[in-house]
Amino acid sequence: MAEPDSARIVAGTWFTPYLAVLRSRVKAQQVYRLSFATEVFSAFLIGLVEFAEVWVIFHNVGTLGGLDTNAALLLFGLSNTSFALAQVLVGHLDSLPAMIRMGTLDAYHLRPQPLLLQLITSDISLRRLARAAVAVIVLGVGLWRNEIDWGIAPVTLIVITLISGIALFCGLFVCAAGLQFFLIDGAELTNSFTYGGSFAAMQPASVFPAPLKLLFGFAIPVAFTAYVPTIALLGLPGPPLLPAWSAWLTPVAAAWVWLLAFAAWRIGTRHYQGGGG
Amino acid sequence: MRGDAEGDGRVALAMRRCVFRRRTPSTFGVYWKLARAGFKRQAQYKLAMFAGLFTNCVFGFVRAAVMVAAVRAAGDFGGYDEGTIGAYVWLSQALLGATQFMGPPIDLVDRIKSGDVAIDFLRPVDVQLSYLATDMGRAACTFLPRGVPSIVIGAATFGLSMPTTPVAYLLGLISVLLAVALSFLCLFAVALIGFWVVEIRGIRVLYQIVGTFLAGLFVPVHMFPDWLRTIALATPFPSILQSPIDTLSGRVAGMDALLTVAAQGFWVLVIGLLGRVLLRAGQRRLEVQGG
Repeated sequence: MAEPDSARIVAGTWFTPYLAVLRSRVKAQQVYRLSFATEVFSAFLIGLVEFAEVWVIFHNVGTLGGLDTNAALLLFGLSNTSFALAQVLVGHLDSLPAMIRMGTLDAYHLRPQPLLLQLITSDISLRRLARAAVAVIVLGVGLWRNEIDWGIAPVTLIVITLISGIALFCGLFVCAAGLQFFLIDGAELTNSFTYGGSFAAMQPASVFPAPLKLLFGFAIPVAFTAYVPTIALLGLPGPPLLPAWSAWLTPVAAAWVWLLAFAAWRIGTRHYQGGGG
Repeated sequence: MRGDAEGDGRVALAMRRCVFRRRTPSTFGVYWKLARAGFKRQAQYKLAMFAGLFTNCVFGFVRAAVMVAAVRAAGDFGGYDEGTIGAYVWLSQALLGATQFMGPPIDLVDRIKSGDVAIDFLRPVDVQLSYLATDMGRAACTFLPRGVPSIVIGAATFGLSMPTTPVAYLLGLISVLLAVALSFLCLFAVALIGFWVVEIRGIRVLYQIVGTFLAGLFVPVHMFPDWLRTIALATPFPSILQSPIDTLSGRVAGMDALLTVAAQGFWVLVIGLLGRVLLRAGQRRLEVQGG
């Protein structure tokens, strides 16, 4: 019986090859120390600048769309934590257009593993953890400074929101990747709902005109990653289209995005004919 | 600047013939041709330009919705009203494509890394000016399909106020040209750091973040707290975005507008000179292996 066991240890589980790649990526990123340090610092600054934008606006206005400065901390913390962590996990799918153009994507097709899983585990952007750190700190301050009626329900809601939020933004990146097979030169188009989605997620959706509410509340439901949970946590009513109780539907919003993502990915990969050459 | 370029069009044509016959490139004609080449190259990427416009507009809608709501909610919002904040949002979105502030790295970054820049040094044209000319051509091409529609869509949806005097538009045009040139010269200087550092992505991202923020892309520079505004005004960044927006939207007029444009000109000279110094130093340091 000893032999199969050791064989299993050598061969590992189905995830071992992915883990090996990830480990090498983690190591590789730390080789150029100065570069890595500046990248971490830059990612930290991105988080800070994004926060500064929200802060300057609320500092000048006081209350915007029914949210005060404290509520804005919560809104920013939730949306940016989810987005930054999603970026750590799958943000590198952004480089797919370059891989298609250079023909390097074909190498992935040769391996007997699912393409999407390979691409997702082909890299991990450690530097973006610095951006997530800013968001987590803001979220912490937001949770501390707001009067939340603590109990099992709010804690559950926060956990569900963060998990669903990360899943939702990951789904948007996969959606974007699926569309890249058609766009290539027009890759920037997908920024409108990945980075645009993240940007819209940290705004109070109550100030949006109806078309934008429909777009970011239902079609690309990023409002569920932060705005709706925020009003639910604070016990605010919210606009007619996005009532506070719907915060519990955040997993549904994430599932909807993943449905779109799988459809886009499937159509995209079937359309792809190879890099030629 | 633009007037000069068009006025010399015939001269450029004549010079081009000279170039072909005698192979002695005459200064202006070469740069004019490079600018046209930059324009033509950019014109090939039609889908990319549509994509840029689409994304600009989505961000514009969200930003305008928030900013207009903020102006309504606040008594005093940096001296803006609904019309002028609309102009600020849509002009800043419109200028993004031309200034390439958030864009991909310029070609020079890869050429320094691979050593191809050695070929640039061998060419009988000035490295900095030839890259600048090509980029001005590219920017001119992005302005029509990306910049103008952004403004039109913004005017049709959220509304924005624009000045009524022709002088404001003339100054605005000069201001935009200076802003595009300055933005490129800054990117050029940043790219040159590659002579000393292997991987400059971190520095580039740092530049993009600090630069766009201090330029007033996210919030107008006028709304910064005093200490932050002082810092911003000591850098060239407001001259890349806030200045052309202010001049073009008529927020600054008369003498103030002239001073704004003069400040832009000052930064173009300073950053241009910095680029030349770095280029000279980098050229001395450059070592390319292989043949």
